[in-house]
Amino acid sequence: MRARFGPAHYYGLLALGGALVLIGLGSAHFMEMHGHIVTGMNNQVVWGLPHVFAIFMIVAASGVLNVASIGSVFGQPIYKPRAPLSGLLCLAMLAGGLMVLMLDLGRPERLIVAATHYNPTSVFAWNVLLYSGMFAIVALYLWTMFERALNKHAKSAGLLALAWRFVLTTGTGSIFGFLVARQAYASAVLAPLFIVLSFAWGLAVFLVVQSAMYAWNAQVLDAAVQRRMARLLGVFVVAAFYLVVVYHLTNLYFERQAAFEAFILRDGGIFPLLLWGGYGLVGTALPLLLLFHPRLAGPRATQAAALLVVLGAFAWLYVFIIGGQAFPLEIFPGYIASSSFGDGAVVHYAPRWPEWLLGLGGVGLAFVLTTVGVRVLDFMPQDDFTAPKAGAKAAS
Amino acid sequence: MKPTADTGAKQGLSGRRAFLGLAAAGAGGLLLAPGVHLMEVAQAAAPGTAAPGANPKVRWGLLIDTTKCASGCTDCVQACNTENGLSGGTRPTDAQWIRKVELKSIKTGRSASLPVMCQHCAEPPCVDVCPTGASFKRADGIVLVDRHSCIGCRYCVMACPYQARSFVHEPLADQKPEVPRGKGCVEGCTLCVHRIDKGGAPACVEACERAGHHAMLFGDLNDPNSAIAKRVREVATMQLRADLRLDPGVRYQGLT
Repeated sequence: MRARFGPAHYYGLLALGGALVLIGLGSAHFMEMHGHIVTGMNNQVVWGLPHVFAIFMIVAASGVLNVASIGSVFGQPIYKPRAPLSGLLCLAMLAGGLMVLMLDLGRPERLIVAATHYNPTSVFAWNVLLYSGMFAIVALYLWTMFERALNKHAKSAGLLALAWRFVLTTGTGSIFGFLVARQAYASAVLAPLFIVLSFAWGLAVFLVVQSAMYAWNAQVLDAAVQRRMARLLGVFVVAAFYLVVVYHLTNLYFERQAAFEAFILRDGGIFPLLLWGGYGLVGTALPLLLLFHPRLAGPRATQAAALLVVLGAFAWLYVFIIGGQAFPLEIFPGYIASSSFGDGAVVHYAPRWPEWLLGLGGVGLAFVLTTVGVRVLDFMPQDDFTAPKAGAKAAS
Repeated sequence: MKPTADTGAKQGLSGRRAFLGLAAAGAGGLLLAPGVHLMEVAQAAAPGTAAPGANPKVRWGLLIDTTKCASGCTDCVQACNTENGLSGGTRPTDAQWIRKVELKSIKTGRSASLPVMCQHCAEPPCVDVCPTGASFKRADGIVLVDRHSCIGCRYCVMACPYQARSFVHEPLADQKPEVPRGKGCVEGCTLCVHRIDKGGAPACVEACERAGHHAMLFGDLNDPNSAIAKRVREVATMQLRADLRLDPGVRYQGLT
């Protein structure tokens, strides 16, 4: 039997997460000193790997809150004990994502400018409000859950958090959806697509964290709970896949988008590879097999499926963000264009180590916040019908 | 046994609550205090945002005659680099405010060569998306970046349909006093605003003129008597990505 999680384990994990955060901060400092020349980014691919990390964490942060919403807003009893952990993960992932986003700015020390100069037409500026509002609302929601006197307000707070998270993910999708310049973006499908992606990614993150917490506490998740959450993840993965297909089909229907789709789906080298192999196979087909195949389904398969969904999410975001920029802008339709500034040419981008480390630093921050939160307050889901240390038979 | 454990738990809980309350208050104070102070500094540092000299009755524009623009000629590009202190490098990370684009029609095989720079749109997407308002349009139609409030988010680069903006990837030295630039900020063609405000013309236009190509014409599109207004009235010209309805101030002649 595994030993119960003790202080030594806790401080070990904290040290690991803290080290990741420090490495991420060091990397950001290095980028700040030398400029973005030390990254793989350039004037055509201006948003690189840090944005992949940041947007994954922000989208997953809103999605992870679904677990709480299903519990307190829709009254599902097995999700209710998981609501606090869901809220904590939401805050932690949001903080991690924002850390990466902020430190990847060309002038991160001017963050105060973003707070004091506000352009109401900018989707980015809306998101500044949406992110800070999310922190406040989820903190309030957690408070209503932990403070017995405020328990009666938990449903209202949960409803507010649910509404806010929808708007927030709409905002994240709209960062791209409102970009008329680029073929990959400027689509009304992107806002709902990001919402559905957030469902799948958020639940996947939740399941990974939950299984780690149960394992470290030598507890076994009730089989019925595990099966229901696994099925829900499967439904979300299918729904997300459906909207990804719709996004590409609408593009394929428009002749002017044909060259871009050919690039992303077939000719673009790493991008089709990541889309079909990374998102399609690893992030969608394999998880569905693990979740629904009668011989495979079980706690380990669910855990593996959740991890694969997260990997698939990174693959999809890489294709969406980097691939969308690598494909040249169509400034002169009907002409073959060439210039010293990348006109008409697919741009090469390869992420470099400061970008990886900054991204991992953000993950480290989310990890540290979760670990501290779980230690300080009671975030461990308590199922009334499950006896702790009930033995392995419940898991099968 | 049981009551003791309960009391202990309660004490632990209230201790935790007190700790969390203090921590939250402390964190809030730490977050707010510098913000309040800096807000004052920021407000004190920006007394007026309107650029002096920008006349709202004027709409500065460029007309590029692609029939006179020679393939391989980079006089305008070099003049821009010299005027604005750009290195002239052509790595993907180097800033290029103006570039020569060589075109070949897929259907007819017809070739054309033309300069592309910030198109100084009447409805600039870069201005719409900029979170801090650092990207702005002057009253006379010139689209600029305020280097003091640009946070380097590059959203404007993503939003520009003309790839007209560059991000400064490296520390800079030996800048021109009239053309402030800086690492970590986004920049683009200013239409040589420092020259226009003194009654001059953009360096690229002057260089093209000086070399005898006469492929670039600069002037006030709103003044019906200006040379540029007369030309756009007389000959067929086009705006790049006219389908987006951004109404660029730069027009092209001889391109269909």
